[in-house]
Amino acid sequence: MADLDYVAPASVAGAIEALAGGGAKVLAGGTDLLVQMRAGRVKPQRIVDLKRIPGLIGVRQENGGFVIGASTSGAELGEHAALIHAWPGVVEAVQLIGSTQVQGRASIGGNLCNASPAADSVPALVAARAICVVVGGQGRRELPVEAVVTAPGATVLAPDEFLLEIRLPPRAARASDAYLRQIPRTEMDIAVVGAGVSLTLDAAGVCSEAHVALGAVAPTVLLVEAAGAALIGTTLDDAALDALAQAAEAACRPISDKRGTAEYRTRIAGVLARRAAAIAYRRASERT
Amino acid sequence: MSKIHISATVNGDPVEFLTEAGVTLLDALRDELALTGSKEGCGSGDCGACSVILDGRLTCSCLILAAEAQGRRIETIEGMARGGELHPLQQKFLDHAALQCGFCTPGLLIAAKALLDANPDPTETETRYWLAGNLCRCTGYDKVIRAVMDAAAELRQVRAA
Repeated sequence: MADLDYVAPASVAGAIEALAGGGAKVLAGGTDLLVQMRAGRVKPQRIVDLKRIPGLIGVRQENGGFVIGASTSGAELGEHAALIHAWPGVVEAVQLIGSTQVQGRASIGGNLCNASPAADSVPALVAARAICVVVGGQGRRELPVEAVVTAPGATVLAPDEFLLEIRLPPRAARASDAYLRQIPRTEMDIAVVGAGVSLTLDAAGVCSEAHVALGAVAPTVLLVEAAGAALIGTTLDDAALDALAQAAEAACRPISDKRGTAEYRTRIAGVLARRAAAIAYRRASERT
Repeated sequence: MSKIHISATVNGDPVEFLTEAGVTLLDALRDELALTGSKEGCGSGDCGACSVILDGRLTCSCLILAAEAQGRRIETIEGMARGGELHPLQQKFLDHAALQCGFCTPGLLIAAKALLDANPDPTETETRYWLAGNLCRCTGYDKVIRAVMDAAAELRQVRAA
């Protein structure tokens, strides 16, 4: 690492300038980047630490929604009572990432931009219809979370762009979300399958809006529109949940690896989507 | 290539050291500040032997660059005993024989301290999940958990008195 250089700009403009030459990697929590550097898989010439930029760490409420700084750690999100109340599924997904030590550093933006198909926070963010704000030399752009990652380890971000913040939309009165993942142990593992569900109920408890996203069953996290559509107009009776599970299974394009076969992942995707939908429905029903 | 000058606070004391961009906080603590209590087990954030508290947060110092420490407050195992007096967690680890080879012990003690700083009355389940990022290949964890639960009870008594 003899030719490595480290900068910690205090402004967005400073960070864009530092990234401009190419060969740079942005640093947030470092729990992926430092491991990849140590393994020799990435060899940046410059590390641009984003955490000194105002707003990169923290959560603020704006226009009825939430704005999460991209470098905010899981531990910080897990202490934000209003965010947990509005988006329990997003927070529980982030908090499944790694150990207490990793939670203290690993960021929600890093979990997305590391571009793993199994990233736990991403299905929950996709189901939440979260928007990413990206800044770079060409200016500022907004895109849905599912448009950021293009393949395992690859994103749409240009070399001089970085993720500034993630925006969660305003919540209806009776709305909630949930995230579940399957792992072969009780904690500290990578998802074999992940399922995020976000839904809104009307006053009678009928589902008026629903979004379902699946992780680790395709090269990128999938937004399964047919699975969400299966819930709309229902009270999540068995027929609706069966249709949801079928739509979820039909969307899967998994690989077989040491964590599970393609058949297993497909089957579990339906099961987890169904269970996450039931949890989100119960949470939303408890609201008035 | 120029060295990076870092000023930080370690265990309450101001420190200054020179480092390079790719050096981890763990290596700087050990090699520049001669604080060798924090250990490198895996170097990838899986084992917790390098645990330190950074600005009040439990972290793996192997996954932090030393350059990031500028202006930060760091707590390491070396700051846990007060003079010759062991921290209650350290004493309970001895009382319960919660270590054998001792390599994981500094990390477990720092992680347990962070737990009890945040939650003076954790359940056993909470304690086990909190410490899941600290691997120990000797004890089977049971004595570690007993020591932490016992230390928590003693600290609650001290606080109440």
